[in-house]
Amino acid sequence: MFGIDIRQKAWSAGLIVLFFVAWELFCLMTGMSDLVLPRPSQVFVTLVQRFPVLWPHIVQTLATTMFGFVLGVAFGVALGAIIGVSKTAYDTCYPLLIGFSSIPKVAVVPIFVLWFGSGTVPAVLTALSICFFPIVVNIATGLATTEPELEDVLKALGASKLDILWNVGLPRTMPFFFASLKVAISYAFVGAVLSETVASNRGIGNVMMTASSNFNVPLVFAGLFVLAGLGVALYVVFSLIEGQVTGWATRKNDVIAT
Amino acid sequence: MRMQPNAQFDGRPIPEGSAATAIELSEASVTFGRGDRAVPALSKTTLKIADGEFVALVGPSGCGKSTILRLVSGLVQPTSGVVIVGGREVAARAMRVGMAFQNPTMLPWMTIERNIMLPLKIVEPFRSNYRRLRKTEFRDKANALLEQVGLKGFGNRYPWQLSGGMLQRANLCRALIHEPRMLLLDEPFGALDQFTREELWAILQTLWITHKPTVLLVTHDLREAGFLASRICVMSARPGRILDDSRVAYARPRTVAMTFEPDFVALNQKLRAFIEDARSAVDQGAG
Repeated sequence: MFGIDIRQKAWSAGLIVLFFVAWELFCLMTGMSDLVLPRPSQVFVTLVQRFPVLWPHIVQTLATTMFGFVLGVAFGVALGAIIGVSKTAYDTCYPLLIGFSSIPKVAVVPIFVLWFGSGTVPAVLTALSICFFPIVVNIATGLATTEPELEDVLKALGASKLDILWNVGLPRTMPFFFASLKVAISYAFVGAVLSETVASNRGIGNVMMTASSNFNVPLVFAGLFVLAGLGVALYVVFSLIEGQVTGWATRKNDVIAT
Repeated sequence: MRMQPNAQFDGRPIPEGSAATAIELSEASVTFGRGDRAVPALSKTTLKIADGEFVALVGPSGCGKSTILRLVSGLVQPTSGVVIVGGREVAARAMRVGMAFQNPTMLPWMTIERNIMLPLKIVEPFRSNYRRLRKTEFRDKANALLEQVGLKGFGNRYPWQLSGGMLQRANLCRALIHEPRMLLLDEPFGALDQFTREELWAILQTLWITHKPTVLLVTHDLREAGFLASRICVMSARPGRILDDSRVAYARPRTVAMTFEPDFVALNQKLRAFIEDARSAVDQGAG
């Protein structure tokens, strides 16, 4: 098992290296102008050189993402708990929720800008509104899948709805919740950058917009690399937390005793 | 099984009025749904169970056996008639009985002993002392029960580390941890293989002899009913009624060997005949 795991990781790393090497060779062989597609080596050089300038923007994007994400999680958990516990609330709210979630979030940014001006607030709100739905859906699903037999056992003991929610419903939801966090953090990141691109004077999204209007294409790509790096980093962080908190949900693959 | 023969539990009928009535259903009917879509689940059932009795309910599938359990536990209200449990009419409140189903439903994120202690988090007076005693008295209590069902030392394992039979034993412990006066079992051994099932019969018998709760067992297995129960009620097809009420007069502790003796087999066949009649009545009704 362990050996396969290592080999798998080696293949993944190999593919990434291969991707960049192929890109570099493609640009060199076709003599591609760096105004169209800069070579990865150029992008890395730009990234390193401009890092002191990029750093405040990275912090800005990260901060708006996290702020929007935290708010999104709070609202998502609350709403998910309500519609997961009550069938009536579920049936009532679901059509409206689907309606909201199918709105492309780019279309909402101008409205936020109209209300709150450009800058941090619309970025936070966009991040919130985009990362909110996977959490609602996952929490509600987790709660709705509580075994009816166990619910009967507890109800027969005189347990209240709150007792059942606290002892069974919420812990059962944890794997769903953390799985949704991984998705939600990526979404929040997309939302924040989206809003920065449209209406902000700070953040990586804005840096990329400015750079592209100056035809500083290597810097645009440097921004892209930063976004990819941050996205992966956030995903990894939440995967690690997930593994720590809800190990019981995946531990079935380990040795079965006796 | 290590067990002392117990003269007290010889399975003789308890004389009328000698023990308090634990469960009393008078003309209880249950109908699910309303109007054209109403489904009668139980029709005018009258059943009286004495304190400490072990009663098995057998009958064709969907005949309302589980509905009786749900009535007694307070999960379902009778559409008409009266259900009295422990001297009180079953109202909207739950009866704090111990229940176990075919599916052991152990929570995968807790150890077995924590799972077994779950009712103590809900039921008073344990509930108010749970934080204080969960690591001492309550844990000892859980482990004492585990020892009785042959799971000594498994308290700190997780459910996925146990086999189906072991989980079902733990399920029995969970149903008994809060010392309920009543144990309601809905086909608890239905998903187990024959040998594990027989092993668990003996364990349940020991638990009954030591804790003496009133037990209502729903089962499809006539040998199981005969082995465990002091009384067997046969129910008709939906909507259920009680067709036959027989005492099982075998000394306890009973053994699996007993279930192959001629008069046990005869009892089994008598019950079979009742259930077959009930089933064919449904077929004719449907045709």
